[in-house]
Amino acid sequence: MAKVNISIDGRPLQVEAGTTVLKAARDQGITIPTLCYMQLEDLCIEHNPGGCRLCTVEVEGRNNLAPSCVTKVWEGMSIKTHTPRVINARKTVMELILSDHPFDCLVCAKNGTCDLQKMAQDLGIREIHYKGEQSTYKEDYSPSIIRDMDKCIMCRRCETMCNDVQTCGVLSGIYRGFDAVVAPAYEQDLEKSPCTYCGQCVAVCPTGALTEVDHTNKVVRALADPKKTVVVQTAPAVRAALGEEFGMEPGTLVTGKMVSALRRLGFDQVFDTDFAADLTIMEEGTELLGRLTKFLKDDKSVKLPILTSCCPAWVQFFEHNFPEMKDIPSTAKSPQQMFGAIAKTYLADKIQVKRENLVVVSVMPCLSKKYEAQRDEFKVDGNPDVDYSISTRELAHLIKQSIGDLKNLPDEDFDRPMGESTGAGVIFGVTGGVIEAAVRTAYEIHTGKDLPKVDFDELRGFDGVRSATIDFDGLPINIGIAHGLGNARKLLEEIKRGESHYHAIEIMACPGGCIGGGGQPLHHGDSSIIKKRAEAIYKEDKGKAIRKSHMNPEIIKLYEDFLGEPMSEKAHHLLHTSYFDKKKSTFIES
Amino acid sequence: MSSVKIKLKEADIKKIQEICSAFNNASGELINVLHKCQEHFGYLPAEIQEVVAYELNISTAKVYGVVTFYSFFTMTPKGRFPISICTGTACYVRGAEKVLDEFKKGLKMEVGETSKDGKFSLSCLRCVGACGLAPVVLIGDKTYGRVSPEEVAEILKKYEEKE
Repeated sequence: MAKVNISIDGRPLQVEAGTTVLKAARDQGITIPTLCYMQLEDLCIEHNPGGCRLCTVEVEGRNNLAPSCVTKVWEGMSIKTHTPRVINARKTVMELILSDHPFDCLVCAKNGTCDLQKMAQDLGIREIHYKGEQSTYKEDYSPSIIRDMDKCIMCRRCETMCNDVQTCGVLSGIYRGFDAVVAPAYEQDLEKSPCTYCGQCVAVCPTGALTEVDHTNKVVRALADPKKTVVVQTAPAVRAALGEEFGMEPGTLVTGKMVSALRRLGFDQVFDTDFAADLTIMEEGTELLGRLTKFLKDDKSVKLPILTSCCPAWVQFFEHNFPEMKDIPSTAKSPQQMFGAIAKTYLADKIQVKRENLVVVSVMPCLSKKYEAQRDEFKVDGNPDVDYSISTRELAHLIKQSIGDLKNLPDEDFDRPMGESTGAGVIFGVTGGVIEAAVRTAYEIHTGKDLPKVDFDELRGFDGVRSATIDFDGLPINIGIAHGLGNARKLLEEIKRGESHYHAIEIMACPGGCIGGGGQPLHHGDSSIIKKRAEAIYKEDKGKAIRKSHMNPEIIKLYEDFLGEPMSEKAHHLLHTSYFDKKKSTFIES
Repeated sequence: MSSVKIKLKEADIKKIQEICSAFNNASGELINVLHKCQEHFGYLPAEIQEVVAYELNISTAKVYGVVTFYSFFTMTPKGRFPISICTGTACYVRGAEKVLDEFKKGLKMEVGETSKDGKFSLSCLRCVGACGLAPVVLIGDKTYGRVSPEEVAEILKKYEEKE
């Protein structure tokens, strides 16, 4: 591409034509503050509405200041990034934003992790010269997400995630001027919208306008209740990110310290969702092979491809958008719910605790899991299989408020039986991992042979839609993978048009998979953090003695003692579910 | 949002579909489609927005965003005699606000409301391009120029007698 000569703060340099001033500056290590701008490079997501005006710079020969995120370079351009005029303008912009923002930082859920707060600090704002009306809106509580639009600064990052990346179309900017706000259609509550609770809006919100429903107090109360036995399960992606909340490098594995912390918090037993992930593979893998065998025998009643069903946001997505295909996804419950179902039957019996006195807490990288846990079909006489689901961030708060730090804790191991897991269970946390785990087991069951190589590099990576063909000893199995619901939509449209050649498809709602979930420590626009978490997950998998779900000794025992075999009647009752058509219009009855 | 809830008849849905297909169901034609729909139905209740969203393959949130952004679009039904007072710069400096106050008093209504009998609705708009006639009032298709606050009662009386 053609190069142009520009200068930034007096330093001459050559950059590609068409580059924005912001990018040219950042490539040189020159800081220009931004608030609404967001670039998640590794996930190919860019958001530059040019709205906040904090990134303004002075350009020689131009009368007004230029927003650097949307201004492109030209030959001979001379840019000044921090003249008194620029600094003054940024401070004025910041003061104007703050003049319509509540001053309750000390009691805000985002206190300490808020981009707006950091920007005010960086710019040295000490006084707000503008006093005027403040906009107020009704708070919106859904099972997973709280919207407090008084704190919205109209950066509209959430809209980009909801509409462009996830294609859920729940949020839109409405009204204009002072009244403008981001809201669902007709300003209805999220609960009445097709929201999947993926939480990607929360993950990118720079302020406390979008936060998760906090269950930590309920967990603390349950832990203090002598009548209750409280067990906890931790999802694979949590161990690869929790450390970040305690200042550790992204990608630091804290599995042992996390177990230790949970035990100190007072959980009676500390278990692993990875165990349930192995169980999911047993059920889902068997279902895949069952459908595949029938399909190969030309049984027309069988539908392929089979779609994974462990991601609750993804389940919500197809229930709302593709209900006509609700018989294609696997009927296997998600690992969280399988864990809950087994804990409140098999485990409760084993440890002699009544169902109503057993409290199951899950720690998830996800906000949609909160919603999933309270779905009616996952309750027995009103008692949910999973009582409370808390996010990675909430666990960090629990640890900070009760035991302080994580760093100096010793490494401890999960309790048995439901803490035993394989490498296949671990990789559930990253895009491509569920299907890789399924392939490891399905291959061996189908062929009766040992896998020559456990790692399937062809299923890994960060491209939004990926495909690979795995040779099942002469039988080629076509596999599709999508992460991000917008990418999932592409594969679903293909199936709808009858053009899909896949036998099995893995879908995860969040970009990167669960490691990039809406409940994870905030990445503040640095998507390389998500990549580092993926590396950590694969490292944990590599370090496991057993890496195939069907070899998990506790899983084998569970089937021997309790479930019988995969897809048995008991397994069906406890570990499988069905889906609903939620595509009803809000107003038109068809 | 509007609290008005209606149930669309099949013919209404068909009409919306016709309008959308006249614009090739293109999402970029949303504003034109909404214009035509409002022209036909008089207003844009949520039910109509849902059909439009479906036909143009965009989210209802987006349609609602556009409807609420432009003051021309309304989610409440207009009266049989919709009264619009121009509060553009020229009309404003020539006393549009006082004229508006007279209408509010005479109709016992606020801007954006429709009378209970469905006869009148009151709204403001910005410049109809007849600044020489400022202040300007539109009632239905009829334009009133150089309206003084004293004339308002008289104008309203004429319409009150009409059915």
